[in-house]
Amino acid sequence: MSKTLIRGAKVLGGEPQDVLIDGGIIAEVGAGLSAEGAEVVEAAGKVLLPGLVDLHTHLREPGREDSETVLTGTRAAASGGYTAVFAMANTFPVADTAGVVEQVYRLGQEHGYCDVQPIGAVTVGLEGRKLAELGAMHESAAGVTVFSDDGKCVDDAVIMRRALEYVKAFGGVVAQHAQEPRLTEGAQMNEGVVSAELGLGGWPAVAEESIIARDVLLAEHVGSRVHICHLSTAGSVEIVRWAKSRGIDVTAEVTPHHLLLTDELVRTYNPVYKVNPPLRTERDVLALREALADGTIDIVATDHAPHPHEDKDCEWAAAAMGMVGLETALSVVQETMVDTGLLTWAGVAERMSAKPAEIGQAKGHGRPVSAGEPANLTLVDTAYRGSVDPAGFASRSRNTPYEGRELPGRVTHTWLRGKATLVDGKLT
Amino acid sequence: MQRHLISAADLTRDDAVLILDTAEEMARVADRPIKKLPTLRGRTVVNLFFEDSTRTRISFEAAEKRLSADVINFTAKGSSVSKGESLKDTAQTLEAMGVDAVVIRHGASGAPYRLATSGWIDAHVINAGDGTHQHPTQALLDAFTMRRRLVGRDAGIGRDLDGRRITIVGDVLHSRVARSNVDLLHTLGAEVTLVAPPTLVPVGVETWPCEVSYDLDAVLPKSDAVMMLRVQRERMNAAFFPTEREYSRRYGLDGDRMARMPEHAIVMHPGPMVRGMEITAEVADSDRCTVVEQVANGVSIRMAVLYLLLGGNEPAVTHTRPPVAHHPSDERSAHTPFTAEEK
Repeated sequence: MSKTLIRGAKVLGGEPQDVLIDGGIIAEVGAGLSAEGAEVVEAAGKVLLPGLVDLHTHLREPGREDSETVLTGTRAAASGGYTAVFAMANTFPVADTAGVVEQVYRLGQEHGYCDVQPIGAVTVGLEGRKLAELGAMHESAAGVTVFSDDGKCVDDAVIMRRALEYVKAFGGVVAQHAQEPRLTEGAQMNEGVVSAELGLGGWPAVAEESIIARDVLLAEHVGSRVHICHLSTAGSVEIVRWAKSRGIDVTAEVTPHHLLLTDELVRTYNPVYKVNPPLRTERDVLALREALADGTIDIVATDHAPHPHEDKDCEWAAAAMGMVGLETALSVVQETMVDTGLLTWAGVAERMSAKPAEIGQAKGHGRPVSAGEPANLTLVDTAYRGSVDPAGFASRSRNTPYEGRELPGRVTHTWLRGKATLVDGKLT
Repeated sequence: MQRHLISAADLTRDDAVLILDTAEEMARVADRPIKKLPTLRGRTVVNLFFEDSTRTRISFEAAEKRLSADVINFTAKGSSVSKGESLKDTAQTLEAMGVDAVVIRHGASGAPYRLATSGWIDAHVINAGDGTHQHPTQALLDAFTMRRRLVGRDAGIGRDLDGRRITIVGDVLHSRVARSNVDLLHTLGAEVTLVAPPTLVPVGVETWPCEVSYDLDAVLPKSDAVMMLRVQRERMNAAFFPTEREYSRRYGLDGDRMARMPEHAIVMHPGPMVRGMEITAEVADSDRCTVVEQVANGVSIRMAVLYLLLGGNEPAVTHTRPPVAHHPSDERSAHTPFTAEEK
């Protein structure tokens, strides 16, 4: 494999350095490296990060290839600076057997834009009644370590307890979509001032918080680890903070959209803002930013949820929930966390690469930018400003809440094991 | 006036008073032997009902016909929320047929707003009730009824409901009537109090321009009008209150309670009434209960709304005196459909 010299990039936002990639490995990091025999990427002023890792992506294949496929989804990931994504299990058929997870894993490897690590369902068919074959999925070629019924909550306390206990045998983790089902029957948006006025069914914060409280206690009781998906309320932050202070092995993620958008946007009745968990209030947004900065929330995960146009071009109640996010995540994090002074680029690398890779045990990802490490890298033009144009998305779906909105930063290059998947903003 | 009528909250005080005044003119048509005006001749209005509501549909239909509009009734019950395309596709079909206005009733909150703002259709959109969101013509007809009873039929022209105390009782949580009325009555200067068990008051109500009480008996003596809301029996199964009898004891309106209201105070109900539970027959059939008037007033209000939104080319009513006399303010007469420029 040919050599690449990334010249003068601010590694993790620090002093400019040269980074030499050779044969899929970072060969050297230092000042004034020789460009001999190497393709040179001039990176002055840009920030070099380890390739981003998304612990929460919906690739839709198999079953909903009209909204996304492993190919289009991983191309979107590479565009957004990702080198690994964890694919959620709510496909058709559900990823609850070794066969399905191996298929998804294999497609990721074949396409070569980004490593795809399938997440296995916790229960058969996401139905919450019977544990799926967690061990078989772990032992499959996909090597599943993260299990989730995302889209649905594992609401039965006994099933959740058993899942937490069972995955200890192979160091797995259960990622919980925290949503008390009875408290969210008919829920359409955050329950509060705006829902009262709009007459839309409320999704109360306590529906999330009560499940998180239960699950951290269960994790403590059985001595396992639990991961909380897309945490969205100030109260959830408090519970996770308390659990961590007590020594409970819990990690949590926040989505970019919950760091930026509020339920005030629902006043437009535009279903592009319909997402689960719903957009919350400004108070929640500020609490989430603070929690991500202080480490209470460990990582940013996109919850990239592609939907075809017709599933969003309708009245609010009929619309599907979710937004695409892979291609805008880093820009939103820059706007909400870096440009506000809450987080350094090294902090972004920790929360969008190192830590998600660690939680999901994605080998070779989230590593330091230093000699001898796999060359999974992302180069970001942080000075760029431009408005979001979904027409240019690599994702098959366009359901972004940021259309026409100006966001900072742009990923210009992505390397997966030394091979460029994105060059000057264009997919290879 | 805006192009569409989606929410009572979109109406300014002057808009609302103009509609009420216009409805007074329209009401006179009902007293004539031939109850018809040529105003909307050649205009097509569709009543697009995704949800059953015979009363509201008939009321709109009567209003449209009295204004000589061509009326199409489209009932799409059952297909509504199962798949969203139905609304968009239906809208575009109507657009292709050259419809001038769509009166829409839909089970999903926000559906009329989407219809009016998504570029699917160019026609005027009138919300005839959407989910648990809004039912603006109901609020207007309620306000019209209150103004006639509490201010006076002719004395009320040009006036609002400044200082009147209105109590709305029952299932506020699921009620588009309550939401619309709170917005409109506040705009018209009235003081609104909502009375309901805490389970039927929405979280977030504290930002509404009204008071909230759980105690009906305490509020009744201070009420000029008491509006009873319909309570659906299925709410009981969802544990919003323990039993029908308990609800009735605490929040039902019977003769004893009515006796605690001031003598001039009226009892209102958007219908259909569940007699015995939220209101007793004694109250429902009393002179103070305005249910039947509300129905009649609904037609006048809907005529006024259609007339003002569609901007008819003919004068609404042939007057023996210049109608602008009702509208002393220059600002309002600029809005009025009765001025010479608009003829």
